[in-house]
Amino acid sequence: MDFELNEDQRMIKEATRDFAQEKLAPLAQEFDEKEKIPKEIYKELADLGYMGMLLPEKYGGSNLDFISYILAMEEFAKACAALEISISVHNSLVCDAIFHFATEKQKEKYLPRLAKGEWIGAYSLTEPSAGTDAGSLKTTAILKGDHFLVNGTKSFVSNGEIADVFIIFVLTNPEAKSKGISCLIVEKGTEGFSVGAREKKMGLRGSDTTELSFEDCKIPRENLLSEENKGFKLALTLLDPSRIAVGAQSIGIAQAAFDEALEYSKQRVQFGQAICNFQAIQFKLADMATQIEAARLLVYRAAYLKTKNQRCSIEAAMAKVFASEVANMVVNEAVQIHGGYGYMKEYAVERYFRDARVTEIYEGTSEAQRIVISRGLLR
Amino acid sequence: MIIEEKHQSFRNKIRDFAEEHIQPLAKEIDEQQRFPHDSFKKLGQMGIMGMVVPPDYGGTGDDMITYAIAVEELSRVCGSTGITVAAHNSLAVYPLYLFGNEKQKKKYIPPLAKGEKLGAFGLTETGAGSDAGATKTTAELKGDFYLINGNKCFITNASVADTLVITARTDPGKGSKGISNFILEKGMPGLSVGKKENKMGLRGSDTAELVFENVKVPRENLLGNEGEGFKQFLITLDGGRVSIGAMALGIAQGAYEKATEYAKERIQFEKPIGYFQAIQWKLADMATKIEAARHLIYHAAWLKDQNKPYIKESAMAKLYASEVGSWVCHQAIQIFGGYGYLREYPLERYLRDIKLCEIGEGTSEIQRIVIARDILK
Repeated sequence: MDFELNEDQRMIKEATRDFAQEKLAPLAQEFDEKEKIPKEIYKELADLGYMGMLLPEKYGGSNLDFISYILAMEEFAKACAALEISISVHNSLVCDAIFHFATEKQKEKYLPRLAKGEWIGAYSLTEPSAGTDAGSLKTTAILKGDHFLVNGTKSFVSNGEIADVFIIFVLTNPEAKSKGISCLIVEKGTEGFSVGAREKKMGLRGSDTTELSFEDCKIPRENLLSEENKGFKLALTLLDPSRIAVGAQSIGIAQAAFDEALEYSKQRVQFGQAICNFQAIQFKLADMATQIEAARLLVYRAAYLKTKNQRCSIEAAMAKVFASEVANMVVNEAVQIHGGYGYMKEYAVERYFRDARVTEIYEGTSEAQRIVISRGLLR
Repeated sequence: MIIEEKHQSFRNKIRDFAEEHIQPLAKEIDEQQRFPHDSFKKLGQMGIMGMVVPPDYGGTGDDMITYAIAVEELSRVCGSTGITVAAHNSLAVYPLYLFGNEKQKKKYIPPLAKGEKLGAFGLTETGAGSDAGATKTTAELKGDFYLINGNKCFITNASVADTLVITARTDPGKGSKGISNFILEKGMPGLSVGKKENKMGLRGSDTAELVFENVKVPRENLLGNEGEGFKQFLITLDGGRVSIGAMALGIAQGAYEKATEYAKERIQFEKPIGYFQAIQWKLADMATKIEAARHLIYHAAWLKDQNKPYIKESAMAKLYASEVGSWVCHQAIQIFGGYGYLREYPLERYLRDIKLCEIGEGTSEIQRIVIARDILK
């Protein structure tokens, strides 16, 4: 058992922390208020290698191992969770999907431009009536000679507005239900494909979340990713790494909230002394730190398994559900420690509270994680 | 403790009113951070702005349980409206009634009780939050008036109130025994409203700073006697806690009802999600905890109505209702899944709103101190 990060991993963590704290953290409040992240940032991220983190150099990637990727996500989330989810979707759901399942021709077409940040990726599985029950998709893609005719609506698509390349899941064989799902690569601007208005969310307001509509949209047959009717398995495979990434996001937000609360408790004077002198506050801080540490270890352990290409569905689900629930506990206590100030937008903990809430919902709700875990246990 | 027929018929009346007049505004006033003045005029006509005072002063003379039901039912559809009513009644009208002399009561209470005017209570300062006795605002007696200087923060209704009860230090050497309460009127020279707060939730309610720069307050505006301020605001907060508990209860009830409805309608895996045990148990726990909170609140209110001690019970009611309420709102969002996170649906507002109930009028931490002190005394 070795809990040490290697030299490369440590360097990535430190470099990402320095960049994120210096360049992103000061802007996070503004992104939240304006509900927008300027697109130029992605170019800067690409120059630093953050838009193709897991890809080999051959495609312009940074060739990082999965643990390094998770360390970077944690640091991004600590500075700005809205930007983190955008980068995470691009890297672990889009670039990784294409890298693992695409033909060489598809890889050459998409990966270098995604890694350079010229294109941004989005991933779309959820539909209005297919949330936790992701196998019940209604969007159809019927093969008509050299193309698929796509009709339907997808919802809650992160990066929907800014993306150029979309990985979408559709029904190619409606009778076969979840066994008739396939995955297509869709490019922005394709006729019959439109992006809806940004959803107004409780938190992560800097990131854009939209609907996608397909009306007799023709997608060339060569845009099929992997094989026909193998899409559901592919979607599930991709969810493991992205759940670990949401775990990393959760501990990033939790750590940021904890750091603020710790600092505030040392400075805030009530009853003639710093409130950190009171046992009630001390025990809160002790519990928060312990829970964060436990969550971090679960997330790193799942990332380690993934790095070793071992099965990690249960571990990823455990890491995600535990870390996201810890994050919500921690942001809640961080607001309590701040008292009335914690309820005001001037203080970062107010945003952390709103941002953390979604970690228990997306990439599978906590309930969906428990289904995954218990199925694994009862198999 | 018995919920009487009159309480049930009052609940029906206020619920109908809230659903017809308050609910339709809830989303909009949150989005626009708009204070809904008209709502309080209408509530005034119904007697809701003077529930804690007798008809002699323009109030309804209702018991505390009825008042708790009013705050609960308003908060069930709109937390912002709930807190405005709670702060006005419990923190402004009630201390005027309890501690004011006859002349003060006759002058200030009737317009407040009828909802023609709004009231606020200024206690908190930047350096005096949980440690409310650390007030730095001073009131210096100069012949027939007091000269007040200082700042208050996080004051509910600060910029909309016509009548304000504020705490200030009349004797710097005496610690918490050197605090006195004063009645201030909007428009007094030197009294101004500072920064309006941009809050996580309750965005349709008004929260702002108060600034006092050599405000001349007539001596006759002293509430009770000099040095009684600390005791007065502790008594005031005991009642206020019941109302914040009722507010949390109402928000939780609203979120729970919406989640229950959704669990019946939302189909996943070819069945309504309420069919699944994980959702059933959530709803069962939510309903049980809400019911427990409701009884704690009504019990504390009943003790008050019986003129029995209720300090510990009101702190327990507020602590439990606000923490359980936050948990209920959290679970309601879980049941809604992704939709719960969208501002198009009311659930995320309920969570943002209820969070304040764990902070305002004494944080959960302070409630635990109050409860522990009573237990250990």
